[in-house]
Amino acid sequence: MDQAPDVKITDMKERYRSGVLKYRQMGYWEPDYEPKDTDVLAVFRITPQDGVDPVEAAAAVAGESSTATWTVVWTDRLTDSEYYRAKAYRLDPVPGTPGQWFAYIAYDIDLFEEGSIANLTASIIGNVFGFKPLKALRLEDMRIPAHYLKTFQGPATGIVVERERMNCFGRPMLGATMKPKLGLSGRNYGRVVYEALKGGLDFTKDDENINSQPFMHWRDRYLYCMEAVNKAQAETGEVKGTYLNVTAGTMEDMYERADFAKGLGSVIVMIDLVIGYTAIQSMAKWARRNDMILHLHRAGHSTYTRQKNHGISFRVIAKWMRMAGVDHIHAGTVVGKLEGDPNVIAGVYDVCRENHVPQNLQHGIFFDQPWASLKKLMPVASGGIHAGQMHQLLHYLGEDVVLQFGGGTIGHPGGIQAGATANRVALEVIVKARNEGRDIWREGPQILSEAARWCQPLRAALDTWKDVTFEYASTDSVDFVPTPTAS
Amino acid sequence: MKLTQGQFSFLPDLSDAEITLQVQYALENGWAVAIEHTSDPHPRNVYWNMWGNPMFDLRDAAGVMMELKACRAEHNDEYIKIIAFDSRKGWESVRMSFIVNRPAFEPGFELVRTEGPGRNLGYQLRSFATSRPPVAP
Repeated sequence: MDQAPDVKITDMKERYRSGVLKYRQMGYWEPDYEPKDTDVLAVFRITPQDGVDPVEAAAAVAGESSTATWTVVWTDRLTDSEYYRAKAYRLDPVPGTPGQWFAYIAYDIDLFEEGSIANLTASIIGNVFGFKPLKALRLEDMRIPAHYLKTFQGPATGIVVERERMNCFGRPMLGATMKPKLGLSGRNYGRVVYEALKGGLDFTKDDENINSQPFMHWRDRYLYCMEAVNKAQAETGEVKGTYLNVTAGTMEDMYERADFAKGLGSVIVMIDLVIGYTAIQSMAKWARRNDMILHLHRAGHSTYTRQKNHGISFRVIAKWMRMAGVDHIHAGTVVGKLEGDPNVIAGVYDVCRENHVPQNLQHGIFFDQPWASLKKLMPVASGGIHAGQMHQLLHYLGEDVVLQFGGGTIGHPGGIQAGATANRVALEVIVKARNEGRDIWREGPQILSEAARWCQPLRAALDTWKDVTFEYASTDSVDFVPTPTAS
Repeated sequence: MKLTQGQFSFLPDLSDAEITLQVQYALENGWAVAIEHTSDPHPRNVYWNMWGNPMFDLRDAAGVMMELKACRAEHNDEYIKIIAFDSRKGWESVRMSFIVNRPAFEPGFELVRTEGPGRNLGYQLRSFATSRPPVAP
């Protein structure tokens, strides 16, 4: 066996002799393979153990994420194993990072169950991530063929219908997460919701870990929050929403909470990423059936998205969540307190909002991705942002985004309403200036301070947070080589 | 109360010159501009009265401003808003919406609470503008 060359063995007798073969000998490395339009494609960043050949490692990833086991099995011959085998078809060294490679792998669409993120991920991020010959493995990007995408519902509501339902057009929407995250009674919590919505926000939000604790049970929270929402609507004439977190220990509990929220007239409910892919898909179907917007808080993702050498890039999670059918997803701020390289964030926002995302290596997008008219997913920018950054936020993130200022609303020296008003005025004045053709990137600070002359709450916000920035190097950036532009 | 629907309700009222710039932005994006008016701005009142059809073939903001002037002359004591429609595939809806005229007195809304079983409250928002039949001139 050791005499056999390191290539796919085509002699069937030799191929199926009992024992152990290299994955490339078994047929998981096919450098001449031309991916089909219907194939699911994945690109992994692989870090082989010292002495492990990278081609063999790539073949092993293909094998372990599809049909292979560690040894030859004769039962392969009962099926068209050639067809079901995933194929590693390309291997590139990661620019500037010795010891790491990008491995491209193609999977036939028949390997996956229709409409099931659980099934897709059980293969793609299943056993393979614990495979010993690799030091580390990261799923960088995927191309989901339109044929497979169309078996998923996609966002329950989508950006356009959400805007129609909220009667809010032509500007980012504004939100805030209620603080402190834990410990408020329902009655006090509702006060914060009311003040923020009355002051000018469109949405308020439960935090990811607000469910139904001893200090505030869910039913109490929903009742007080809806009092706050309705009161703010009456006093402004606007449609307001509060993301009622329905995350719970069982699906039955989540359905009960979601139904109660709907019965009270809420336009939106919220879930956490930690409930799992299947629960998310169930809630997305519930949201579509019940005309509700579904907000997803990405609690837990940083455990596997942040390190460049191991885990899953967030752009892949965003793709799966658009397929799974949520309407909102936290997608980074660039300028705030949480991880966010501008190029990576641009790629994620494209994944959420565009109907066709072309390959863009600078943004971490390895493949052309058609979205086949699946609805658009509204990105949410949250975490350490304030009114003084409004021009930067509009520049980086565009118009179809929810900007969430939690501390930047509730921590305002003039109170919560003043904090909300400062954010709303800053937003409107920057959008107006952009539409007028002004260069908001350069003139932003001046535009804001001009508005602060007649808007005292904005003045106070700018003074309070003028020096707050979070300038740390991102741990997740894109490794690519700029190609010279053809002249 | 001050109704704060639309893109720019937290700013001082836009001058005609400022409105013109916003309309121009819509036209440069290929959107069709429309004017709508109502005395009942209930947040769920989606269908305000149309001041004619959206101006699909218009290229110059001055045309919209003439229509706005005419609409204001007739409905000065109502809310008037400017809307921009984007017909492109994947959007096919409104892109901009902002108020350009308000009644001298904004009556606002009444929040009616109806107590139900289990401490549930039913909420109804009533426009004061429509709470009594219109008076004959």
